[in-house]
Amino acid sequence: MSRIEGALRRLRAQGQKGLIAYVTAGDPDLKTTGRIIKALAAVVDVIELGIPFSDPLADGPVIQRASKRALASGTNIPKVLQMVSRVAAAVDVPLALMTYYNPVLRYGPERFIRDSKQVGVDGVIVPDLPPEEGADFIEAARRAGLDPILFVAPTSTPERVRRVAKLARGFIYCVALTGTTGSDKGLSNTVQSVIGMVRRETDVPVAIGFGIADAHRARRAARYADAVIVGTALLRRIEEAEPDQVPRLAESFLGELRAALREGA
Amino acid sequence: MAGRAIGIQELRETGGRFGPFGGRFVPETLMPALLELEAAYIDASRDPAFQRELAYYLTNYVGRPSPLYRASRLSAHLGGAQIFLKREDLNHTGAHKINNTVGQILLARRMGKRRIIAETGAGQHGVATATVAAMFGFECEVYMGAEDMERQRLNVFRMRLLGARVHPVTTGTATLKDATSEAIRDWVTNVDTTYYIIGSAVGPHPYPAIVRDFQSVIGREVREQLEREVGRRPDYLVACVGGGSNAIGLFYPFLGDPGVKMIGVEAAGEGIPTGRHAASLNAGSLGVLHGMASYVLQDQDGQIAPAHSISAGLDYPGVGPEHAYLKETGRAEYVAVTDEEALEAFELLSRLEGIVPALESAHAIAYVQRLAPELPRDRSVVVCLSGRGDKDVWKAAEVMGVGL
Repeated sequence: MSRIEGALRRLRAQGQKGLIAYVTAGDPDLKTTGRIIKALAAVVDVIELGIPFSDPLADGPVIQRASKRALASGTNIPKVLQMVSRVAAAVDVPLALMTYYNPVLRYGPERFIRDSKQVGVDGVIVPDLPPEEGADFIEAARRAGLDPILFVAPTSTPERVRRVAKLARGFIYCVALTGTTGSDKGLSNTVQSVIGMVRRETDVPVAIGFGIADAHRARRAARYADAVIVGTALLRRIEEAEPDQVPRLAESFLGELRAALREGA
Repeated sequence: MAGRAIGIQELRETGGRFGPFGGRFVPETLMPALLELEAAYIDASRDPAFQRELAYYLTNYVGRPSPLYRASRLSAHLGGAQIFLKREDLNHTGAHKINNTVGQILLARRMGKRRIIAETGAGQHGVATATVAAMFGFECEVYMGAEDMERQRLNVFRMRLLGARVHPVTTGTATLKDATSEAIRDWVTNVDTTYYIIGSAVGPHPYPAIVRDFQSVIGREVREQLEREVGRRPDYLVACVGGGSNAIGLFYPFLGDPGVKMIGVEAAGEGIPTGRHAASLNAGSLGVLHGMASYVLQDQDGQIAPAHSISAGLDYPGVGPEHAYLKETGRAEYVAVTDEEALEAFELLSRLEGIVPALESAHAIAYVQRLAPELPRDRSVVVCLSGRGDKDVWKAAEVMGVGL
């Protein structure tokens, strides 16, 4: 079993909820990202590391701005992999890379999988690559021992959930609402039934993300899932802070959420 | 692989593939909506009542068929092939865009969606969408790049007059690419209540097929009109290509006629070597943008590169997947003309024929200036005059150094 899935299953067995943090790599620069990863390793269960793309369709304004800053600092796939290869050995937290399909396509999907695995990445998340388009990529990732992390959404039909459940490894990413990351719409009222569909098909852990803005929302979402994913709320704090304050700030924010999840569990 | 017509039924089987291009590269939230749209569209296209209603609006609201005009003075001036202009500029709202918006709003109504969103570049699609939304009393929101709003103030006013809300998009390059991203984000957010009318033959399946089919009225009419006029099929079809909706509408009904040559004209902007252009087919490479696999302008890391054209409607770093397929198979040829050549053609057509073309359409005319003199007089060239140039007079005057 993969490190990601192992970590989330262990928590589930202990009656605890998992916490996953998203950061955009290279915002404001890759050195800072490395320090954020080290600081967060102690307080979160999985780190989702975003490789910036010029046209991030699934993201709201905060992650759009972070992507723009990251691109301005010269971030690309080779540099992110280099940074990961330096950091991964030093920390004991599973890492998933998130990016859109075009940078992967340009880099070479097989090569992306191979190189990611080699530097110590545990999973890959490509939001604009649904199972229909991603069949080869998903298969190649699984063969390489890299978790293909797939999505279900409030709009997913039982048939689509079934397909995702068959292919997914690591965890299944449940989108909390119809919208982009950082939306303040609140949890969609179909999330519970979609997760119910997932549970009937598989025991792969489920994590809820999008719009998990604070401890209250994290606790609420965690009721339905095995873990929650926090991205925009963290990046908002990063963008307002001085770069050298960022790792400490990230750690203390995620530490608060961690404590809130423990209380709520 | 030979370039051929691929209908909606076959596309349903393949998930919208034109060879290696097309597909549906979208977040999961939108996948069910795209499947629902595909089913609704196939259902509508088989329903005689839907087709009758579409025909009614095309005739009585859009003003179709649009004339096929023999441009005698332009032909004589260039001294070669006979040039015919397909007058999409004479449609209601002044461009071919309304062929598609009329079709899609009927589809939206059929699907019970009464909130309409759209992206727009030059504003022609935004105006055409706001127009049909007004006609049906639907709510309409249009996303437009802030830079394009500046270039196309007249169309911004027209959309507002028609009751649409126009949202300026300031992210990225603040042009059509970013307006499209923003419209997709709106759709993800409001997918239950909202119908997204895409303006070109781009985006995830089934949009490229839907837009093509609604625009194909252009080519079907040309077939009949030219048959009546000269008793033959055209030798050449020429149309400008940004996303490529007027071009695919002209080409598609002729794909099975091997004698008909097809040329799409992209925007070379300040010249392809300068890097400031919008010629995805001529200078781009395989990529994924806005839910489709196609030719896109990108850097070595797969970041989308900014496009540039004097014409806001061509200022897009991608192109419809069916054009990528027609290029790859050699069925159609794609060339590019610069801002300067387009401006020259803009003036030439105005002076010789009394027709002020849209800057987009002027690109097609500019290429005909090169093509026609090379051909014998008994050959015919049909050019899609996709829109009228009223919207562009401010921009043109500015570039020509004339104060208005």
